Amino acid sequence: MTQTNRLSSGGRVNRAKTVKFTFDGKTYEGFEGDTLSSALLANNVHLVGRSFKYHRPRGVLTAGSEEPNAIVQLGEGNRTEPNCRTPMVELYDGLKATAQNCWPSVNFDIGGINNKLSRFFPAGFYYKTFMWPKGMWEKYEHVIRASAGMGNAPSENDPDTYATKHVHCDVLVAGGGVSGLAAALTAGRTGARVILAEEHAEFGGQLLSDADATIDGKPAMEWVEATLAELRSMEEVTILPRTTVTAYYDHNFLSALERVTDHLGHGNGGDLPRQRFWQIRAKQVVLAQGAIERPMLFGDNDRPGVMLASAVRTYINRFGVLPGKNVVVFTNNDSAYATAIDAHKAGAKVTIVDIRENPAGAWVEKAKALSIQIHTNMAVIGTTGYRKVTGVDIMPLTADGKGVTGQSQRIDADIVAMSSGWNPMISLFSQGRGKLRYDEKLTSFVPDHCQWANISVGAGNGEFTLEGCLSQGLAAGSKAAQDAGFGDGVVPPTPAAPEDAQGDMRILWYIPSDRPLGRGRKHFHEFQNDSTVADIHLAEREGFVSVEHLKRYTTTGMGTDQGKTSNVNAIAIMSQIRDVKIPMVGTTTFRPPYTPLTFGAAAGHAVGELFLQKRKTAMHPTHEEMGAVYEDVGDWKRPRYFPKDGEDMHAAVQRECKQVRETVGMMDASTLGKIDIQGPDAAEFLNMIYTNAWLKLGVGKARYGLMCNEHGMVFDDGVTTRLGENHFHMTTTTGGAGRVANWLEEWLQTEWPEMKVYCTSVTEQWAVSSLNGPKSRELLAELTDIDLDPENFKFMEMREGHVAGVPARVYRISFTGEIAYEINVPHRYGKHVWDALIEAGKKYDLVLYGTESMHVLRAEKGFIIAGQDTDGSVTPMDLDMSWIVGKNKPDFLGRRSFARSDTSRPGRKQLVGILTEDPNVVLPEGAHVVETVKDRPPMDMLGHISSSYMSPNVGRSIAMGLIKDGFNRKGQTLSVPLMDGSVHKVTITDPIFFDKEGERTRG
Amino acid sequence: MLLIECPWCGERDQTEFTCHGEAHIVRPKNPDELTDEQWGDYVFFRSNPKGLHKERWVHDHGCRRWFNVVRHTHTDIVYGSYKPGEPAPEVSEEALKGGKK
Amino acid sequence: MANHIVKVSPLDGLAKPAGSNVSLEERRFLGKVTLRGNPENKDFLSKVKDVLGVDLPLTPLTYVAGGAYTVHWVGPDEWMIHTQEDGEHALVLALREALEGIHSQVVDVSDYYVVMRLSGPAAREVLAKGSPLDFHPRAFRAGMVSGTRYANATIQISQLDDQPSYDVQVRWSFAEYLWNYFVEAAREFG
Repeated sequence: MTQTNRLSSGGRVNRAKTVKFTFDGKTYEGFEGDTLSSALLANNVHLVGRSFKYHRPRGVLTAGSEEPNAIVQLGEGNRTEPNCRTPMVELYDGLKATAQNCWPSVNFDIGGINNKLSRFFPAGFYYKTFMWPKGMWEKYEHVIRASAGMGNAPSENDPDTYATKHVHCDVLVAGGGVSGLAAALTAGRTGARVILAEEHAEFGGQLLSDADATIDGKPAMEWVEATLAELRSMEEVTILPRTTVTAYYDHNFLSALERVTDHLGHGNGGDLPRQRFWQIRAKQVVLAQGAIERPMLFGDNDRPGVMLASAVRTYINRFGVLPGKNVVVFTNNDSAYATAIDAHKAGAKVTIVDIRENPAGAWVEKAKALSIQIHTNMAVIGTTGYRKVTGVDIMPLTADGKGVTGQSQRIDADIVAMSSGWNPMISLFSQGRGKLRYDEKLTSFVPDHCQWANISVGAGNGEFTLEGCLSQGLAAGSKAAQDAGFGDGVVPPTPAAPEDAQGDMRILWYIPSDRPLGRGRKHFHEFQNDSTVADIHLAEREGFVSVEHLKRYTTTGMGTDQGKTSNVNAIAIMSQIRDVKIPMVGTTTFRPPYTPLTFGAAAGHAVGELFLQKRKTAMHPTHEEMGAVYEDVGDWKRPRYFPKDGEDMHAAVQRECKQVRETVGMMDASTLGKIDIQGPDAAEFLNMIYTNAWLKLGVGKARYGLMCNEHGMVFDDGVTTRLGENHFHMTTTTGGAGRVANWLEEWLQTEWPEMKVYCTSVTEQWAVSSLNGPKSRELLAELTDIDLDPENFKFMEMREGHVAGVPARVYRISFTGEIAYEINVPHRYGKHVWDALIEAGKKYDLVLYGTESMHVLRAEKGFIIAGQDTDGSVTPMDLDMSWIVGKNKPDFLGRRSFARSDTSRPGRKQLVGILTEDPNVVLPEGAHVVETVKDRPPMDMLGHISSSYMSPNVGRSIAMGLIKDGFNRKGQTLSVPLMDGSVHKVTITDPIFFDKEGERTRG
Repeated sequence: MLLIECPWCGERDQTEFTCHGEAHIVRPKNPDELTDEQWGDYVFFRSNPKGLHKERWVHDHGCRRWFNVVRHTHTDIVYGSYKPGEPAPEVSEEALKGGKK
Repeated sequence: MANHIVKVSPLDGLAKPAGSNVSLEERRFLGKVTLRGNPENKDFLSKVKDVLGVDLPLTPLTYVAGGAYTVHWVGPDEWMIHTQEDGEHALVLALREALEGIHSQVVDVSDYYVVMRLSGPAAREVLAKGSPLDFHPRAFRAGMVSGTRYANATIQISQLDDQPSYDVQVRWSFAEYLWNYFVEAAREFG
């Protein structure tokens, strides 16, 4: 028999379209328009999962995104998704769901033993028990986490696409219930740009669950349809169903998750993204998120079949599903009477248990008129049944409501529909820095004031009448639009929406039972994390009285539902224990997201190749042909080495380095930062930026410079060339290009606006082939019209001409200590010139080399790499580069700091050469250098190795490092202890290991 | 996510900008005449207030201009932007109390 | 010899959007020149106008197109001039000559940047996926230009018409990334 709980008529499902799905391997049928919750309930499936800690059977509690219990694993393989709340899963053909947090099955779960032992698992149990002996937690944690699993993350790549969208609007309306629709309507009519986002597939909110409501004398849903139709006709209104506003950030920046194709079934969306993550900048926000009903805290209130009263009503009216035949409505207010009446009309046997002594008024009369039995001043003290509730025990309350008295009686029940009032959903308001106020009459927190432009309306603002919601919505939409610059603020009259008034509620936060608290019965206030009223008492006894401590001690509100059904109850219980008013306990801070987000949605298109740009030079296709192995430098893909015949990196680098110094090598240096600097004060400006002198540099000449920040610490270096009297071409490190360009602009724009200098970044304008080695001149001569005669084109000079037929600037500068030419051509010609040099280079035994060989070659010469041999704490003097500090310059950036006591003191860490006793040992970079080796760390550290390589040209390993008082230690023997226990003797030396006189460069 | 007003390009998303810290830290004209302590104040020390803070921003994805912003460090409310060399906008007591721009 | 000179673009060989609602074309080797100077210097403005034939746009976020040149406002003292392929050489020389003695900067950045034209009914949707700029016609129209961000790339974008069509300028080394992002972003719109 299928869909035993489906009513013969009613509901908004499409009965003509049957949908098949499986839950825990068993196949069921539902209808189009069902949620997984309504379809399971239609099939009388109440046991949907096991609880987190005690593994107690749990069923559907709610009909919305606040669901703490009915959480399932959806789909399989690469499209599986954990922690899906069944009321939010729209049914589709072939849907596969499995229960979470149980093994081997939801019906027989071994972990259920935890429930039997629950007296030994109070709040804080894990922390208290497994935190000793010290260090053992890490061992226990694996086992505990495994048994408390929250579903399984997919282990394969997600095949679906996700999209992001940035959007700006005048008015964002969060929530498509009656107040949200009303707000969107008046805002939309002004011509403002309006976005209306609704979490569910259908608009109407509470009206979807209310068969009796009327607006203007007609069924209320007709007003909803008419309103939607008008909104759809407005060009500037965007209507987003299945869209949850997930976060409210500063300056009215909000995010929303649109489930674009989830309802079609995984993989059925075609080219559409599965989900779209909206990033919305709204001038005004209307918050119309509605309210969430509170559970009653009575004994064993977590049995499957115990549901929120409003949810039962939703399943009856919206989905045509009567979840059970014997419905006990347990309430402290009138709103649950509507559920009782609707369940009665749907054919259930209904009993009302009302804790109020003398409930009266229209709702009570209506129930009585239908001969529904009402037990007043009575409490449900406990439930029977295990996998499904079978009955409730009720007892009269004492006058103060703190206990029960007299005889208990049992009522058969397969559904308990409970209500202890309503909590406005203030999550977004609170995320957006809104301040809350406790409303004594509503017994809940409501929005008070906020620094950002928003208006809360409807149930989310503590307004629970239909007319009130309409009225607040219409007014808010109009006001928000006006504040955003649209319309005249006039509010249309509120349509008539008569309802029977509701009476007062009676507040008993804790429903007493016939047994002491914590003995035999569990009063759950927090279902997802299995936290009970007794746990709150324990927390208080142990001193965790503040709401933030309470939360962490009991894990209340720390589940995937963020405690939407539990927070206020927990705070109220703590206030009772402490005997203070509820606002004194306070609320925790609501954090984004409002409901869980997929990682895919947050990433959008920025996955795979689009995750991060791979910056490439014009020569890249040739690097590919040559089999380059790449190194990521910033976002650049730079060839690291070019292996031949199965060489590893070591072999390739040894070959490349040797050949550069024997014949000629070529490296792609295009990624170096380049900045064009022009203006009458350009030289003066460089004089301030660099540590050395620039005024007298001749046109066509180049100079190496160090840049320091105002701390006096080196942060970048490079060669700058004077192209004209007022025109310079600066180069920077690859990684520092952006930082240096910003640095120059900041000084010019903010500190020295009177300086006549303009800077423009030109990094990619120029593709750079860097030729190095004794044969570089001969090779270049084959392809250029520039006079390369060393008498006419000296070291540190620049010439313009042609190379391989294209216009080029050739800089004779060297980072290897060899004769070298950096050939700059417009980037489009980069590959042409590079390829031509490779072709012409064959006869000179040209070798291509990458960044790794560049590092070795420069280290052989003792040249530094800013950022590797410096770390933001190194001055030019620490680098033994006093020669580059202009002694006669009155001022430059960082200069004054050189004289600070700490910067000028002796014994600072200084850059020196380091040679291992064993020439075959290459020390790891970062290794520590010590004077005295001890058995184990810590040892007094003198410094560290900053660069370390095997040098084929020196014929042994070489290293540089920053060592305390290094200059005075030259010749000393120190030690480098490594992680593997080995200790290497090293000698401190000068850092220039090759061609100390520099004769090769100038040759 | 702040909304920052570039004095040239108008209100833009924070992600188009970078903040470079406190504004109006003037580089001393005569560094050599300062004591270490005075120079150290310039290099290292910032006011770090809880309240209104004048700070330097750059519109690096836009016009690449530097300008100043008055931001409340606790509420993150931005009370205005101004170009280098211009006076900072006045923030009234009322605006501060009301917690709104 | 010139015939054998190979020119490459970072967009060589990349796939285009498959559907008909978004079109993407490279404006291959468009000439691009950065001009910087003081907008309060009348001499500067008039000398530049003599060369370009149009006034430099002084209103932020606007561009002017006239004759061989499209001149974009970049910042209060900075403009980006687009011209036809290889037109940048003559332009740089002409501007430098005209501005002799006037503090200014003229730089050929034709290869520093790449320009692609994004157009079609869904072009706005594609832009909304990666840029926080408001492309709604009330906020951004034909005749406007702005620097902004698209995903990880810094871009300059100008709107040409109401189709809408846009010219998107990006650094050479980000061009492949941006192009591929556009193509992927366009896929759902057909």
